[in-house]
Amino acid sequence: MADSYYDPADLRKFGNITEWSEELGTKFFDYYGKVFEEGALSAREKSLIALAVAHVVKCPYCIDAYTKDGLQRGITKEEMMEAVHAGAAIESGATLVHGVQMMKKYNKLSM
Amino acid sequence: MTMATKSLKARHDVLAMENKQLEILNGGIFESGELPTFKEKISQIGQFPLRPKKLEILQINVGYMCNQVCEHCHVDAGPDRKEIMTRETMEQCLAVIRNTGAHTLDLTGGAPEMNPNFRWFVEEAAKAGIKDFIVRSNLTIIRANKKYYDLPQFFKKHNIHVISSMPHYTRGKTDKQRGEGVFDKSIKALQELNAVGYGLPDSSLRLDLVYNPSGAFLPGDQAALERDFKKALLEDFDIEFHNLFAITNLPIARFLDYLIASENYEDYMYSLVEAYNPTAVANVMCTNTISVSWDGWLYDCDFNQMLGLKVASKITHIKEYNEDILNNRNILISQHCYGCTAGAGSSCQGSVT
Repeated sequence: MADSYYDPADLRKFGNITEWSEELGTKFFDYYGKVFEEGALSAREKSLIALAVAHVVKCPYCIDAYTKDGLQRGITKEEMMEAVHAGAAIESGATLVHGVQMMKKYNKLSM
Repeated sequence: MTMATKSLKARHDVLAMENKQLEILNGGIFESGELPTFKEKISQIGQFPLRPKKLEILQINVGYMCNQVCEHCHVDAGPDRKEIMTRETMEQCLAVIRNTGAHTLDLTGGAPEMNPNFRWFVEEAAKAGIKDFIVRSNLTIIRANKKYYDLPQFFKKHNIHVISSMPHYTRGKTDKQRGEGVFDKSIKALQELNAVGYGLPDSSLRLDLVYNPSGAFLPGDQAALERDFKKALLEDFDIEFHNLFAITNLPIARFLDYLIASENYEDYMYSLVEAYNPTAVANVMCTNTISVSWDGWLYDCDFNQMLGLKVASKITHIKEYNEDILNNRNILISQHCYGCTAGAGSSCQGSVT
Protein backbone atom coordinates (compact mmCIF):
# COMPACT_ATOMS: atom_id res chain seq x y z
CA MET A 1 0.00 0.00 0.00
CA ALA A 2 1.07 3.55 -0.64
CA ASP A 3 2.09 5.57 2.40
CA SER A 4 -0.16 8.44 1.39
CA TYR A 5 -3.93 8.76 1.10
CA TYR A 6 -3.59 10.67 -2.17
CA ASP A 7 -1.54 9.38 -5.11
CA PRO A 8 -1.68 11.52 -8.31
CA ALA A 9 -1.50 8.33 -10.39
CA ASP A 10 -4.84 7.18 -8.85
CA LEU A 11 -6.68 9.74 -10.98
CA ARG A 12 -5.86 7.64 -14.07
CA LYS A 13 -7.65 4.72 -12.39
CA PHE A 14 -10.87 6.65 -11.68
CA GLY A 15 -12.68 4.67 -14.38
CA ASN A 16 -11.91 1.45 -12.46
CA ILE A 17 -14.69 2.20 -9.95
CA THR A 18 -17.04 0.77 -12.59
CA GLU A 19 -15.45 -2.68 -12.12
CA TRP A 20 -17.08 -3.16 -8.71
CA SER A 21 -20.44 -1.70 -9.67
CA GLU A 22 -20.85 -1.59 -13.37
CA GLU A 23 -24.37 -0.20 -13.54
CA LEU A 24 -23.86 2.66 -11.09
CA GLY A 25 -20.36 3.44 -12.37
CA THR A 26 -21.53 3.57 -15.97
CA LYS A 27 -24.53 5.74 -15.07
CA PHE A 28 -22.25 8.10 -13.17
CA PHE A 29 -19.75 8.49 -16.02
CA ASP A 30 -22.53 8.92 -18.59
CA TYR A 31 -24.07 11.62 -16.41
CA TYR A 32 -20.68 13.24 -15.79
CA GLY A 33 -19.88 13.34 -19.49
CA LYS A 34 -23.28 14.80 -20.33
CA VAL A 35 -23.01 17.52 -17.68
CA PHE A 36 -19.81 18.90 -19.19
CA GLU A 37 -21.03 19.05 -22.78
CA GLU A 38 -21.85 22.39 -24.40
CA GLY A 39 -25.33 23.43 -23.28
CA ALA A 40 -26.95 26.62 -22.06
CA LEU A 41 -23.51 27.12 -20.48
CA SER A 42 -20.42 26.64 -22.59
CA ALA A 43 -18.02 23.80 -21.82
CA ARG A 44 -15.49 26.52 -21.02
CA GLU A 45 -17.76 28.11 -18.38
CA LYS A 46 -18.48 24.71 -16.86
CA SER A 47 -14.77 23.97 -16.65
CA LEU A 48 -14.25 27.13 -14.55
CA ILE A 49 -17.20 26.23 -12.30
CA ALA A 50 -15.70 22.75 -11.85
CA LEU A 51 -12.34 24.27 -10.95
CA ALA A 52 -13.93 26.53 -8.34
CA VAL A 53 -15.92 23.64 -6.82
CA ALA A 54 -12.81 21.43 -6.89
CA HIS A 55 -11.15 23.92 -4.55
CA VAL A 56 -14.17 24.27 -2.29
CA VAL A 57 -14.49 20.50 -1.85
CA LYS A 58 -10.68 20.37 -1.64
CA CYS A 59 -10.31 17.50 -4.07
CA PRO A 60 -6.69 17.29 -5.23
CA TYR A 61 -7.62 15.02 -8.14
CA CYS A 62 -10.25 17.46 -9.35
CA ILE A 63 -7.86 20.40 -9.01
CA ASP A 64 -5.28 18.59 -11.18
CA ALA A 65 -7.93 17.56 -13.67
CA TYR A 66 -9.59 20.95 -14.09
CA THR A 67 -6.36 22.94 -14.15
CA LYS A 68 -5.30 20.76 -17.06
CA ASP A 69 -8.77 20.97 -18.61
CA GLY A 70 -8.64 24.77 -18.36
CA LEU A 71 -5.22 24.88 -20.02
CA GLN A 72 -6.55 22.69 -22.83
CA ARG A 73 -9.41 25.09 -23.36
CA GLY A 74 -7.08 28.11 -23.48
CA ILE A 75 -8.38 29.46 -20.15
CA THR A 76 -5.88 31.91 -18.68
CA LYS A 77 -4.36 31.69 -15.21
CA GLU A 78 -6.07 34.98 -14.30
CA GLU A 79 -9.47 33.47 -15.16
CA MET A 80 -8.63 30.33 -13.18
CA MET A 81 -7.60 32.31 -10.10
CA GLU A 82 -10.75 34.44 -10.27
CA ALA A 83 -12.83 31.26 -10.37
CA VAL A 84 -10.98 29.96 -7.28
CA HIS A 85 -11.70 33.25 -5.52
CA ALA A 86 -15.38 32.99 -6.47
CA GLY A 87 -15.45 29.56 -4.83
CA ALA A 88 -13.47 30.77 -1.83
CA ALA A 89 -15.74 33.79 -1.39
CA ILE A 90 -18.84 31.61 -1.30
CA GLU A 91 -17.15 29.23 1.10
CA SER A 92 -16.04 32.01 3.45
CA GLY A 93 -19.41 33.72 3.02
CA ALA A 94 -21.08 30.48 4.02
CA THR A 95 -19.02 30.53 7.21
CA LEU A 96 -19.52 34.22 7.90
CA VAL A 97 -23.27 34.23 7.31
CA HIS A 98 -23.48 31.92 10.34
CA GLY A 99 -22.20 34.93 12.25
CA VAL A 100 -25.79 36.20 12.12
CA GLN A 101 -26.89 33.10 14.00
CA MET A 102 -24.13 33.73 16.54
CA MET A 103 -25.24 37.35 16.92
CA LYS A 104 -28.88 36.35 17.35
CA LYS A 105 -28.02 33.72 19.94
CA TYR A 106 -25.68 36.13 21.74
CA ASN A 107 -28.38 38.78 21.90
CA LYS A 108 -31.02 36.31 23.04
CA LEU A 109 -28.89 35.05 25.86
CA SER A 110 -27.70 38.47 26.96
CA MET A 111 -29.56 40.93 29.14
CA MET B 1 12.14 26.65 -16.76
CA THR B 2 14.35 29.19 -18.46
CA MET B 3 14.14 29.39 -22.19
CA ALA B 4 16.99 27.76 -24.11
CA THR B 5 18.77 29.88 -26.68
CA LYS B 6 20.47 26.98 -28.49
CA SER B 7 19.20 23.86 -30.18
CA LEU B 8 19.65 20.47 -28.49
CA LYS B 9 22.15 19.70 -31.24
CA ALA B 10 24.29 22.76 -30.42
CA ARG B 11 24.09 21.85 -26.73
CA HIS B 12 25.29 18.32 -27.60
CA ASP B 13 22.26 17.01 -25.74
CA VAL B 14 21.71 13.24 -26.06
CA LEU B 15 18.15 13.93 -27.18
CA ALA B 16 19.55 15.46 -30.37
CA MET B 17 20.25 11.83 -31.29
CA GLU B 18 17.36 10.21 -33.12
CA ASN B 19 18.00 6.72 -31.76
CA LYS B 20 18.00 8.02 -28.18
CA GLN B 21 14.56 9.52 -28.73
CA LEU B 22 13.26 6.29 -30.22
CA GLU B 23 14.74 4.37 -27.30
CA ILE B 24 12.68 6.49 -24.90
CA LEU B 25 9.51 6.22 -27.01
CA ASN B 26 9.81 2.45 -27.32
CA GLY B 27 10.99 1.79 -23.76
CA GLY B 28 9.74 2.54 -20.23
CA ILE B 29 5.99 2.33 -19.74
CA PHE B 30 5.49 0.90 -23.23
CA GLU B 31 8.15 -1.77 -22.90
CA SER B 32 6.82 -2.85 -19.50
CA GLY B 33 3.30 -3.17 -20.90
CA GLU B 34 1.91 -0.52 -18.56
CA LEU B 35 0.60 1.25 -21.66
CA PRO B 36 -0.23 -0.38 -25.01
CA THR B 37 2.05 0.44 -27.93
CA PHE B 38 0.62 2.31 -30.93
CA LYS B 39 1.08 -0.85 -32.97
CA GLU B 40 -1.06 -2.83 -30.52
CA LYS B 41 -3.76 -0.15 -30.58
CA ILE B 42 -4.07 0.09 -34.34
CA SER B 43 -3.84 -3.68 -34.71
CA GLN B 44 -7.07 -3.92 -32.68
CA ILE B 45 -8.91 -2.04 -35.44
CA GLY B 46 -7.17 -3.81 -38.31
CA GLN B 47 -5.11 -0.77 -39.31
CA PHE B 48 -1.68 -2.36 -38.89
CA PRO B 49 0.38 -2.05 -40.99
CA LEU B 50 -0.67 1.54 -41.61
CA ARG B 51 -0.85 2.12 -45.36
CA PRO B 52 -0.89 5.29 -47.44
CA LYS B 53 -3.94 6.39 -49.42
CA LYS B 54 -3.82 8.74 -52.39
CA LEU B 55 -0.98 11.26 -52.11
CA GLU B 56 -2.40 14.75 -51.65
CA ILE B 57 0.28 16.75 -49.86
CA LEU B 58 3.95 17.12 -50.63
CA GLN B 59 5.59 18.67 -47.59
CA ILE B 60 9.10 19.99 -48.09
CA ASN B 61 11.31 21.00 -45.21
CA VAL B 62 13.73 23.52 -46.74
CA GLY B 63 15.99 23.73 -43.68
CA TYR B 64 16.21 23.64 -39.91
CA MET B 65 17.52 27.20 -39.50
CA CYS B 66 15.13 29.47 -37.63
CA ASN B 67 15.21 32.91 -35.99
CA GLN B 68 13.43 31.43 -32.95
CA VAL B 69 14.23 28.67 -30.47
CA CYS B 70 10.75 27.59 -29.41
CA GLU B 71 10.58 25.39 -26.37
CA HIS B 72 8.21 22.87 -27.98
CA CYS B 73 9.95 22.58 -31.39
CA HIS B 74 9.98 19.01 -32.71
CA VAL B 75 12.47 20.03 -35.39
CA ASP B 76 15.00 21.33 -32.82
CA ALA B 77 15.29 24.33 -35.12
CA GLY B 78 17.21 27.49 -34.30
CA PRO B 79 19.73 30.06 -35.53
CA ASP B 80 22.56 27.57 -34.97
CA ARG B 81 21.13 24.89 -37.31
CA LYS B 82 23.00 24.86 -40.61
CA GLU B 83 21.01 22.19 -42.45
CA ILE B 84 19.67 24.13 -45.44
CA MET B 85 18.26 22.74 -48.69
CA THR B 86 20.56 23.47 -51.64
CA ARG B 87 19.41 24.76 -55.01
CA GLU B 88 20.32 21.40 -56.50
CA THR B 89 17.93 19.55 -54.16
CA MET B 90 15.30 22.22 -54.81
CA GLU B 91 15.62 21.53 -58.52
CA GLN B 92 15.02 17.84 -57.82
CA CYS B 93 11.92 18.85 -55.82
CA LEU B 94 10.68 21.07 -58.68
CA ALA B 95 10.92 18.17 -61.10
CA VAL B 96 8.67 16.20 -58.74
CA ILE B 97 6.27 19.14 -58.16
CA ARG B 98 5.71 19.42 -61.92
CA ASN B 99 4.70 15.76 -62.13
CA THR B 100 3.10 14.98 -58.81
CA GLY B 101 -0.54 14.06 -58.35
CA ALA B 102 -0.50 15.97 -55.05
CA HIS B 103 -2.70 19.06 -54.95
CA THR B 104 -0.99 20.72 -51.98
CA LEU B 105 2.61 21.86 -51.64
CA ASP B 106 3.54 22.62 -48.06
CA LEU B 107 6.84 24.41 -47.32
CA THR B 108 8.13 24.19 -43.80
CA GLY B 109 11.34 24.50 -41.76
CA GLY B 110 12.84 26.01 -39.52
CA ALA B 111 11.84 29.33 -40.90
CA PRO B 112 11.56 28.47 -44.61
CA GLU B 113 12.08 32.11 -45.55
CA MET B 114 15.66 31.94 -44.20
CA ASN B 115 16.75 29.60 -46.96
CA PRO B 116 18.68 31.89 -49.35
CA ASN B 117 16.93 30.27 -52.33
CA PHE B 118 13.46 30.45 -50.80
CA ARG B 119 12.08 33.15 -53.12
CA TRP B 120 13.50 31.55 -56.22
CA PHE B 121 12.04 28.21 -55.17
CA VAL B 122 8.59 29.72 -54.48
CA GLU B 123 8.56 31.50 -57.86
CA GLU B 124 9.50 28.31 -59.69
CA ALA B 125 7.10 26.12 -57.70
CA ALA B 126 4.23 28.61 -58.19
CA LYS B 127 4.63 28.21 -61.95
CA ALA B 128 3.82 24.51 -61.54
CA GLY B 129 0.26 25.61 -60.80
CA ILE B 130 -0.30 23.55 -57.68
CA LYS B 131 -3.78 24.13 -56.18
CA ASP B 132 -2.89 24.98 -52.60
CA PHE B 133 0.59 26.37 -51.99
CA ILE B 134 1.34 26.64 -48.28
CA VAL B 135 4.21 28.38 -46.50
CA ARG B 136 4.46 27.75 -42.76
CA SER B 137 5.68 31.09 -41.51
CA ASN B 138 6.53 31.77 -37.89
CA LEU B 139 5.38 35.43 -38.34
CA THR B 140 8.29 37.04 -36.49
CA ILE B 141 10.54 36.42 -39.49
CA ILE B 142 8.56 39.14 -41.30
CA ARG B 143 9.80 41.62 -38.66
CA ALA B 144 13.23 40.03 -38.06
CA ASN B 145 15.22 41.92 -40.68
CA LYS B 146 14.60 44.57 -43.33
CA LYS B 147 15.15 42.02 -46.07
CA TYR B 148 12.00 40.18 -44.93
CA TYR B 149 9.72 43.24 -44.58
CA ASP B 150 8.17 42.73 -48.02
CA LEU B 151 7.27 39.06 -47.43
CA PRO B 152 3.50 39.81 -47.16
CA GLN B 153 3.58 41.32 -50.67
CA PHE B 154 5.72 38.46 -51.92
CA PHE B 155 3.28 35.89 -50.51
CA LYS B 156 0.37 37.80 -52.07
CA LYS B 157 2.03 37.97 -55.47
CA HIS B 158 2.25 34.18 -55.60
CA ASN B 159 -1.09 33.54 -53.90
CA ILE B 160 0.64 31.65 -51.09
CA HIS B 161 -1.54 30.18 -48.36
CA VAL B 162 0.10 31.37 -45.13
CA ILE B 163 -0.14 29.17 -42.04
CA SER B 164 1.37 30.71 -38.93
CA SER B 165 1.94 29.65 -35.36
CA MET B 166 0.25 31.57 -32.58
CA PRO B 167 0.23 29.68 -29.29
CA HIS B 168 -2.14 32.07 -27.54
CA TYR B 169 -3.88 35.41 -27.87
CA THR B 170 -2.16 36.65 -24.72
CA ARG B 171 1.42 37.93 -24.55
CA GLY B 172 2.53 35.88 -21.53
CA LYS B 173 1.70 32.46 -22.91
CA THR B 174 3.09 33.19 -26.36
CA ASP B 175 6.40 34.56 -25.14
CA LYS B 176 6.86 31.72 -22.65
CA GLN B 177 6.74 29.14 -25.44
CA ARG B 178 8.36 31.06 -28.27
CA GLY B 179 10.63 33.66 -26.64
CA GLU B 180 10.54 37.21 -25.29
CA GLY B 181 9.00 39.72 -27.68
CA VAL B 182 7.54 37.09 -30.03
CA PHE B 183 3.95 38.07 -29.25
CA ASP B 184 4.34 41.75 -30.17
CA LYS B 185 6.24 40.92 -33.37
CA SER B 186 3.65 38.29 -34.33
CA ILE B 187 0.81 40.77 -33.80
CA LYS B 188 2.58 43.32 -35.98
CA ALA B 189 3.18 40.69 -38.69
CA LEU B 190 -0.47 39.60 -38.63
CA GLN B 191 -1.57 43.23 -39.00
CA GLU B 192 0.75 43.58 -42.00
CA LEU B 193 -0.68 40.41 -43.56
CA ASN B 194 -4.21 41.79 -43.00
CA ALA B 195 -3.13 45.10 -44.57
CA VAL B 196 -2.33 43.42 -47.90
CA GLY B 197 -5.59 41.46 -47.79
CA TYR B 198 -4.63 38.23 -46.01
CA GLY B 199 -7.15 36.63 -43.64
CA LEU B 200 -10.03 39.02 -44.36
CA PRO B 201 -13.47 37.34 -44.37
CA ASP B 202 -14.03 37.29 -48.14
CA SER B 203 -10.38 37.29 -49.19
CA SER B 204 -8.95 34.49 -51.30
CA LEU B 205 -5.60 35.14 -49.62
CA ARG B 206 -5.69 32.40 -46.99
CA LEU B 207 -4.29 33.09 -43.54
CA ASP B 208 -4.68 30.32 -40.98
CA LEU B 209 -3.21 30.12 -37.52
CA VAL B 210 -1.73 27.13 -35.74
CA TYR B 211 -2.29 26.68 -32.04
CA ASN B 212 0.13 24.44 -30.12
CA PRO B 213 -0.46 24.03 -26.38
CA SER B 214 2.22 25.83 -24.37
CA GLY B 215 2.87 22.98 -21.97
CA ALA B 216 2.25 19.33 -21.12
CA PHE B 217 -1.40 19.23 -22.08
CA LEU B 218 -3.45 18.48 -25.18
CA PRO B 219 -5.28 21.05 -27.28
CA GLY B 220 -8.96 21.52 -26.54
CA ASP B 221 -11.77 21.67 -29.07
CA GLN B 222 -10.50 23.35 -32.25
CA ALA B 223 -13.77 25.18 -33.01
CA ALA B 224 -14.05 26.57 -29.47
CA LEU B 225 -10.41 27.71 -29.51
CA GLU B 226 -10.94 29.33 -32.91
CA ARG B 227 -13.91 31.31 -31.55
CA ASP B 228 -11.84 32.52 -28.58
CA PHE B 229 -8.85 33.45 -30.76
CA LYS B 230 -11.01 35.29 -33.31
CA LYS B 231 -12.83 37.29 -30.65
CA ALA B 232 -9.68 38.25 -28.72
CA LEU B 233 -7.50 39.10 -31.74
CA LEU B 234 -10.25 41.19 -33.33
CA GLU B 235 -11.21 43.05 -30.16
CA ASP B 236 -7.67 43.66 -28.93
CA PHE B 237 -5.68 44.10 -32.14
CA ASP B 238 -8.17 44.40 -35.01
CA ILE B 239 -6.71 41.21 -36.54
CA GLU B 240 -8.65 38.79 -38.72
CA PHE B 241 -7.75 35.30 -39.92
CA HIS B 242 -9.55 32.37 -41.51
CA ASN B 243 -9.12 29.16 -39.50
CA LEU B 244 -7.31 27.98 -36.43
CA PHE B 245 -5.61 24.58 -36.54
CA ALA B 246 -5.17 22.97 -33.13
CA ILE B 247 -2.09 20.77 -33.28
CA THR B 248 -0.98 18.37 -30.57
CA ASN B 249 2.67 18.58 -29.51
CA LEU B 250 4.41 15.30 -30.27
CA PRO B 251 6.99 13.93 -27.84
CA ILE B 252 9.97 14.56 -30.09
CA ALA B 253 13.16 16.65 -29.77
CA ARG B 254 12.73 19.76 -27.62
CA PHE B 255 9.18 18.94 -26.54
CA LEU B 256 10.37 15.51 -25.41
CA ASP B 257 13.26 17.19 -23.59
CA TYR B 258 10.80 19.55 -21.89
CA LEU B 259 8.48 16.67 -20.89
CA ILE B 260 11.34 14.73 -19.32
CA ALA B 261 12.94 17.74 -17.59
CA SER B 262 9.60 18.86 -16.13
CA GLU B 263 8.75 15.28 -15.06
CA ASN B 264 5.64 15.31 -17.23
CA TYR B 265 6.63 12.62 -19.72
CA GLU B 266 4.67 9.67 -18.28
CA ASP B 267 1.56 11.73 -17.55
CA TYR B 268 1.66 13.18 -21.05
CA MET B 269 1.93 9.74 -22.64
CA TYR B 270 -0.97 8.57 -20.48
CA SER B 271 -2.99 11.57 -21.70
CA LEU B 272 -2.19 10.73 -25.33
CA VAL B 273 -3.11 7.07 -24.93
CA GLU B 274 -6.30 7.88 -22.98
CA ALA B 275 -7.33 10.33 -25.70
CA TYR B 276 -6.65 7.78 -28.47
CA ASN B 277 -9.46 8.03 -30.99
CA PRO B 278 -9.66 5.06 -33.38
CA THR B 279 -11.65 7.07 -35.93
CA ALA B 280 -8.74 9.49 -36.27
CA VAL B 281 -6.41 6.70 -37.43
CA ALA B 282 -7.88 6.50 -40.92
CA ASN B 283 -7.18 10.19 -41.52
CA VAL B 284 -3.72 10.73 -40.02
CA MET B 285 -1.65 12.92 -42.29
CA CYS B 286 1.00 10.32 -43.10
CA THR B 287 -1.68 8.53 -45.12
CA ASN B 288 -1.84 11.37 -47.67
CA THR B 289 1.52 13.13 -47.25
CA ILE B 290 5.14 12.67 -48.20
CA SER B 291 7.72 14.65 -46.25
CA VAL B 292 11.00 15.69 -47.88
CA SER B 293 14.01 16.69 -45.77
CA TRP B 294 16.49 19.50 -46.51
CA ASP B 295 18.85 16.93 -48.04
CA GLY B 296 16.17 15.26 -50.17
CA TRP B 297 15.35 12.12 -48.16
CA LEU B 298 11.75 10.99 -48.00
CA TYR B 299 9.72 10.35 -44.85
CA ASP B 300 6.13 9.47 -43.91
CA CYS B 301 5.80 12.78 -42.05
CA ASP B 302 7.84 15.65 -40.62
CA PHE B 303 7.92 13.88 -37.23
CA ASN B 304 9.39 10.69 -38.67
CA GLN B 305 11.89 12.95 -40.46
CA MET B 306 13.09 14.28 -37.10
CA LEU B 307 13.34 10.72 -35.77
CA GLY B 308 15.41 9.69 -38.81
CA LEU B 309 12.79 7.13 -39.93
CA LYS B 310 13.09 7.17 -43.72
CA VAL B 311 10.23 5.68 -45.75
CA ALA B 312 10.16 1.90 -45.89
CA SER B 313 10.41 1.77 -49.68
CA LYS B 314 13.08 1.10 -52.25
CA ILE B 315 12.56 4.77 -53.19
CA THR B 316 14.00 6.86 -50.36
CA HIS B 317 15.28 10.03 -52.07
CA ILE B 318 13.60 12.83 -54.03
CA LYS B 319 15.95 12.33 -56.97
CA GLU B 320 14.51 8.86 -57.60
CA TYR B 321 10.93 9.83 -56.71
CA ASN B 322 8.20 7.54 -57.99
CA GLU B 323 4.72 8.04 -56.61
CA ASP B 324 3.40 4.59 -57.48
CA ILE B 325 6.28 2.73 -55.86
CA LEU B 326 6.18 5.03 -52.82
CA ASN B 327 2.48 4.51 -52.39
CA ASN B 328 3.09 0.81 -52.02
CA ARG B 329 4.78 1.03 -48.62
CA ASN B 330 4.03 0.51 -44.95
CA ILE B 331 4.10 3.65 -42.83
CA LEU B 332 6.60 3.56 -39.97
CA ILE B 333 5.13 4.09 -36.53
CA SER B 334 6.17 4.45 -32.91
CA GLN B 335 4.57 5.85 -29.77
CA HIS B 336 4.85 9.48 -30.97
CA CYS B 337 2.03 8.57 -33.40
CA TYR B 338 -0.42 8.72 -30.48
CA GLY B 339 -0.05 12.50 -30.83
CA CYS B 340 -1.87 12.42 -34.17
CA THR B 341 -4.75 10.22 -32.96
CA ALA B 342 -5.54 11.97 -29.67
CA GLY B 343 -9.00 13.50 -29.29
CA ALA B 344 -10.18 14.92 -32.59
CA GLY B 345 -6.85 13.88 -34.13
CA SER B 346 -4.05 16.20 -35.18
CA SER B 347 -2.30 17.00 -38.43
CA CYS B 348 -0.55 19.96 -40.01
CA GLN B 349 -4.08 20.98 -41.10
CA GLY B 350 -5.46 20.67 -37.56
CA SER B 351 -8.12 18.18 -36.41
CA VAL B 352 -8.78 15.19 -38.66
CA THR B 353 -12.22 14.05 -37.48
